[in-house]
Amino acid sequence: MANLTEIRWHARGGQGAKTAATMLAEIVLNEGKYGQGFPDYGPERMGAPMRGFTRISDKPIRTHSAIYKPDIVIVLDPTLLDVVDVLEGTTDDAVVLINTHLSRDEMKKKLNTGGRKLGVLDATKISLDAIGRPIPNTPMLGALVKATNVIKLDTLRDDVRKKFAKKFPERVIQGNLDAIEKAYEEVDVS
Amino acid sequence: MERVSLTGNDAVGTAMAQINPDVVAAFPITPQTELMHKFAEFYADGKVNTELILVESEHSAMSAVVGSAAAGARSMTATSANGFALMWEIVYIAASLRLPIVMPVVNRALSGPINIHCDHSDTMGGRDSGWVQLFSENTQEVYDNVIMAVKIAEHKDILLPVMATFDGFIISHTQEVVELLSDEEVQKFIGKKEMYYPLLDVKNPVTYGPLDLQDYYFEHKRQQVEAMLKVPAVVDEVAKDYAKLTGRKYDFIEIYGPEDAEISLVALGSTAGTAKDVVDKLNDEGKKVNLVKIRMFRPWPHETIVNALKGKKAIGIMDRSDSFGALGGPVFMEIRSSLMGEIKEDITANYIYGLGGRDISAPEIESVYNDLFEIAETGKVKNRKTYLGVRE
Amino acid sequence: MSDPTGWKNIPIGGLIVESGNSHDYKTGSWRTYRPVLDEEKCINCHQCWIYCPDSSIMIVDEKMTGFDYDHCKGCGICAEVCPPKVAAIKMVLENE
Repeated sequence: MANLTEIRWHARGGQGAKTAATMLAEIVLNEGKYGQGFPDYGPERMGAPMRGFTRISDKPIRTHSAIYKPDIVIVLDPTLLDVVDVLEGTTDDAVVLINTHLSRDEMKKKLNTGGRKLGVLDATKISLDAIGRPIPNTPMLGALVKATNVIKLDTLRDDVRKKFAKKFPERVIQGNLDAIEKAYEEVDVS
Repeated sequence: MERVSLTGNDAVGTAMAQINPDVVAAFPITPQTELMHKFAEFYADGKVNTELILVESEHSAMSAVVGSAAAGARSMTATSANGFALMWEIVYIAASLRLPIVMPVVNRALSGPINIHCDHSDTMGGRDSGWVQLFSENTQEVYDNVIMAVKIAEHKDILLPVMATFDGFIISHTQEVVELLSDEEVQKFIGKKEMYYPLLDVKNPVTYGPLDLQDYYFEHKRQQVEAMLKVPAVVDEVAKDYAKLTGRKYDFIEIYGPEDAEISLVALGSTAGTAKDVVDKLNDEGKKVNLVKIRMFRPWPHETIVNALKGKKAIGIMDRSDSFGALGGPVFMEIRSSLMGEIKEDITANYIYGLGGRDISAPEIESVYNDLFEIAETGKVKNRKTYLGVRE
Repeated sequence: MSDPTGWKNIPIGGLIVESGNSHDYKTGSWRTYRPVLDEEKCINCHQCWIYCPDSSIMIVDEKMTGFDYDHCKGCGICAEVCPPKVAAIKMVLENE
């Protein structure tokens, strides 16, 4: 992997893209890396299309601008595919992860992802089953671990437990961990 | 030293808690609000001894800390944009009364039309208020600047308020790696506040803020000038002490890239970080360029600037605010004024960018350097003032 | 410019660091009329002392003894509040 990895998240307000983008930036610290995470602050309306950004590097990150040429694109909401060009700025080297009920082949055709590495996962269903709420961000992190080597699965698990312990009951923590695990197993990526 | 991942606001809220001021006046305004949220968390957890005053406006926030600072209390508040504007008259009074207040300002466009995102129009408007102004590139720098600001402000030769600014959202809401000092280290570094005629010393009563007319006002302003002239030495002394503690040394400006480069770009705030990556790229391509990042804008480090920029063949000056109807933005005018007599030809070009939070990307900064190559080659400036990234 | 002190020799920030220094500022020269006390008539009711805006009524052992002419501006309030039946204070022209 190149020294700097840039990830762009596409979601709707309320789906946890900001949390995921900033949480990932925080998690990589546990592997001695530098992370930068921020959302594209717009009018911050629940349901409105929004973007999140994560930069990961072995060196301190100095650039402070949006990400225009992401190495990885993560789409939390499949309905955005008709509204937003989620592939904008990506090359055939990019990894694209999409929360969808469609199969990998169906998505490849729909989105025309070309040579890009594509991963699909029904993260909404997984989060509904495991957590009881349609918050696909943690399962998508599980899929990210499988599809790329930005972080290790153990690092993600440890950090989610540590971070969520302050805020949530054990049931929610375990649900999230289960969702990550399931996503890691189920994501269809190649 | 603990390495953690925090947003700019959380880091500054943490710095404030570690400073443990006697008095903090809090009023919310985007994008500063989360800063006070963070500090209020420490307050609610009983981790600070601060008297936290929830005021009804920024005018009151600044008034409250003027009162408490006069009383002898180590006092802080924080704000952004329109909140800063609402404080206006008291901002000047804080400096005039020589009160060592420290205020983080989260840079945001001063409306209108209404906008909550970053530019420097708020604090640039306050550049003549008599406050020391330190700009910060990233979360680490603003954390460090806020801690150093306490020592600068309270220094017996200075006794002036200090604002440490950082870019709204771009830094304030971005999760970044920052190294924190321990609470004890911060306390030991800032030390106990030295008192200068505190109002609460009832055995030695003094009068603050009497009428000051034609007979003495001018003398008091002259004293403010003198205090400002002494700031650089103190900023440097404090920075050296801080470097011993942290290994991070901050100067009035930072030259990034070869010092003898013939082409320089001047920037401040978070844009300087992006520009550093551009400088690396261009240097790798064999192009000799550098970046001059300004950390201390007030007092203006004239001689340091001259030494950094004299002899250049092209100088680009980035301004994240404009001075409407003026020759250029605030940084541009300072630079040109400093370079009077130091450069033979006018080889300076001003780039107004990023107003209202408009993103500034590495390729855009590279395009500015490309302009500068042309200026260096031809010796001619085609556009003195360019609005970078605006749609025609 | 009554005071030639330069900026290097005055307290910073416009602070007045000696309390009560208004005593040093003699306002007695502002007078046109001067209050004069008739000690024979005075009943020491202290109305003048209560009302004087310049703290210029001099009372010793609860007895009205006269005026602090260094600071009295000659406003005449003392004469005004002196009870009419007593009329112990008269305002006279300064040059009389």
